[in-house]
Amino acid sequence: MMSGRLASIALAAAVLSMSVPAHAATIEITMENLVISPAEMLAKVGDTVTWINRDVFAHTATAKNGDFDVTLPPKTSATSVLKKAGVVDYYCRYHPNMKATLNIEP
Amino acid sequence: MFVRWSAAVAAAILLSSPVLLQGARAADKLIDPQIAHIAYTAGVIDINAAKQAQKKAKNKDVKAFADDMLRDHEAVNEQALALVKKLNVTPEDNDTSKALSKQASDKLAELDKLDGAAFDKAYVANEVAYHKTVNGALETQLIPSASNPELKSLLQTGLKIFQGHQQHAEHVAAELK
Repeated sequence: MMSGRLASIALAAAVLSMSVPAHAATIEITMENLVISPAEMLAKVGDTVTWINRDVFAHTATAKNGDFDVTLPPKTSATSVLKKAGVVDYYCRYHPNMKATLNIEP
Repeated sequence: MFVRWSAAVAAAILLSSPVLLQGARAADKLIDPQIAHIAYTAGVIDINAAKQAQKKAKNKDVKAFADDMLRDHEAVNEQALALVKKLNVTPEDNDTSKALSKQASDKLAELDKLDGAAFDKAYVANEVAYHKTVNGALETQLIPSASNPELKSLLQTGLKIFQGHQQHAEHVAAELK
């Protein structure tokens, strides 16, 4: 009962914080079996992306427009903060068939 | 008789066409230990090519590409070895593996005679062609023939990674022009 109430408070707090635009969020983007997921992601300037590489291969998250270029050794993760708005297509330099898009709102 | 005929077919296909292994499908019914051997051999071939390129290449993108090939193919082959051990399968040499190895050692000798920009260009061009060939073989022959689901899944991961290498090699080749 108590824990249920606590959980719903926590949930409400989480929902509340998500709907407040000033709060920067952390989003996770995973590379596994040579696939980037989610392939399309909505984000906001100021959000932090946690890049997770679950493969035994090194990957990169390289923006076509040069906004970011993150190298991810096998089984590692890294974070980067989104600084500029725009629709950014990115890919892995080592395996250019791995492609995805970040839609970064101002 | 059948073995000799299929060896001849495999050799003819390897020598004559960029889609090397495709035609061998009808002649060969591959079993998992042979498929594992072919996939592992294909990796070793590209590792040897990369080692040669690390010594001979001049262009920095070509050198970096060779490093990438070495790293990825070693990682794939490590997984392949772990899998055959787990499945208690002994990889089995076969005509396709032999033909692949023979063709690769001829290529190594041919590239060894080249230097500088000529080597860089020839190595990258061969990487494009080689990955195309292996991808064709994976798609049309090795993946459909594999019976063990874990082997099939590893081959599917291999296909994705080699398709990535092919695109990467095409990109490097375009930059060299």
